[in-house]
Amino acid sequence: MKVLADTSHMTVRHLMTLWRQPWWIAVSLVQPVIWLLLFGALFEAVTDIPGFGSTNYIEFLAPGVVVMTAFFGAGWAGMPVIEDIDRGVIDRFLVSPVRRSSLITGRLTSWALTTTIQSLIIVVLALIAGASFDNGVLGVAVLVLASVLVGSAFGCLSIGLALLVRREETLIATVQFLVLPLSFVSVTFMQKDLMPGWMQSVADYNPLNWAVEAGRDAVTANPDWGAIAGKCGLLLAFLVLCGSFAMRAFRTYQRSV
Amino acid sequence: MANAIEAQDLRKSYGEEVQALDGLSFSVPEGTVFGLLGPNGAGKSTTVKVLTTLAHPDGGSARVAGHDVLGEAPRVRESIGVVSQAGGLDQEATGRENLRLQGQVCGMGGKELEARIARLLDQFGLADAGDRLVREYSGGMRRRLDVAQALVHEPKVLFLDEPTTGLDPEVRAEMWDEIERLTGAGLTVLLTTHYLEEADRLAAQLAIVDRGTVVAEGSPDELKRGLRGDAIHCELGGELEEAAVREALGRIDGLTEIAFTDGTVHARAEDGARTVPSVLAVLEGARLEVASVTVARPSLDDVYLRFAGRTFGSAEAEHAEKPDQSKEAQR
Repeated sequence: MKVLADTSHMTVRHLMTLWRQPWWIAVSLVQPVIWLLLFGALFEAVTDIPGFGSTNYIEFLAPGVVVMTAFFGAGWAGMPVIEDIDRGVIDRFLVSPVRRSSLITGRLTSWALTTTIQSLIIVVLALIAGASFDNGVLGVAVLVLASVLVGSAFGCLSIGLALLVRREETLIATVQFLVLPLSFVSVTFMQKDLMPGWMQSVADYNPLNWAVEAGRDAVTANPDWGAIAGKCGLLLAFLVLCGSFAMRAFRTYQRSV
Repeated sequence: MANAIEAQDLRKSYGEEVQALDGLSFSVPEGTVFGLLGPNGAGKSTTVKVLTTLAHPDGGSARVAGHDVLGEAPRVRESIGVVSQAGGLDQEATGRENLRLQGQVCGMGGKELEARIARLLDQFGLADAGDRLVREYSGGMRRRLDVAQALVHEPKVLFLDEPTTGLDPEVRAEMWDEIERLTGAGLTVLLTTHYLEEADRLAAQLAIVDRGTVVAEGSPDELKRGLRGDAIHCELGGELEEAAVREALGRIDGLTEIAFTDGTVHARAEDGARTVPSVLAVLEGARLEVASVTVARPSLDDVYLRFAGRTFGSAEAEHAEKPDQSKEAQR
């Protein structure tokens, strides 16, 4: 139970930090909106391609933008960790009775809360723009769950990497290097059948793609719940893997001090 | 009286080149202030890291507040408060929030914790600043909050790693007053410092640390008493032929412990003022230009010179050069 208590204390700390940055709040609220409207307008004509299926591109795109927003945000989870290391905050916690894992789960929880708010804004905006999510609240809840799962996993990777490299430049370069390719080798913007064959094969192993496929399916009128559960299971397994990497990174960090 | 800290033969190296701890041992009785004195790079901070369970030693053992730092690390963490050199405060939070979080992770909460926080803010003169962001604090305020943070959960052992480094002399004196007030009430304090004056003033017992090991131990007075007579320091100009000068000085009656550190001759004499003329005569005889002569009562610097074979200043300079050398080696 100490883990839960410590996680909530850490979550409050991170939320207070964000709350004190109005500019950050404004940008993170506006950014997914811009993505949705910008990509929606740019790629609108793809629905004319024979075989695309969906006739409303915003409806097609919105679940992708929800997952992408979560993924992009989580990728940077390691940045404030490096700041904490530089200022001795991590070391201070390591000599206190705080549970190690709560240093990770606290960050992920505060991030999951903010990303859920962002997701709901995207969904509402998509509805205003004419999309319809036939599966209602349940579908949207599963969409948000899938994006939180994939985001938490990449958040763990980012935090683990931060503990290992301890340099902001290295972390920025790595995140930049991964984010766009992973987003494009997925069904975020394009129907799978219209992607080149090799890309379809790669996308099958892309956790971001699992989340987009599961989330997009969940909000349709007749979702394949079996397939969605399978994808979410994969995402959960991936999260466990990334989580243990982050915990190992903590031990490696502590050996080096 | 039981010991609050026992360190036995601690060893730790970083990579192959840096031997930070080389068989360091000491013990601190409960309720006392113990100082680890030494120049930067002597191994003081590494000692604190090992005793506070942050770093793992390569060898040796240690107990803090009755618990083994390796086998019972969680118990040790409950019993200690730590003020590290890096600070470790969350700059984007208020002073009160920093103290609250520290209390919460130690299992405190509710009205009891809030009352404790209010008392600490008051005690450290931060009552008005408690709800301001730490980012806006001055250096002295941050250091006081560091100490308050380490005391929230009423630890048995308090670690102060270089608590006044980087502070103005005035603020440093205030900090010393704060630390002095903490003692008594059964709190054990381990203080590391490279300020001789600080160790002299605050620590009841001292261990002088050099190159990862304890070279001398005792109260400041005992250590100074071990030195006989006055210290004579002659700063020289020109080329120094060490062996010849040493031989010539050795013939002077009552002059002992002759040592050389970059351009300065150090020696001890029962009566410093009477011996100085003979020393000057010898140095002039060797055609050496004497830039300055000082005669002083024994200080901890002299204690350090005697046990470590070098002055504080030269030890620190040597440490400062090391990182550059390792960079050279990498190229």
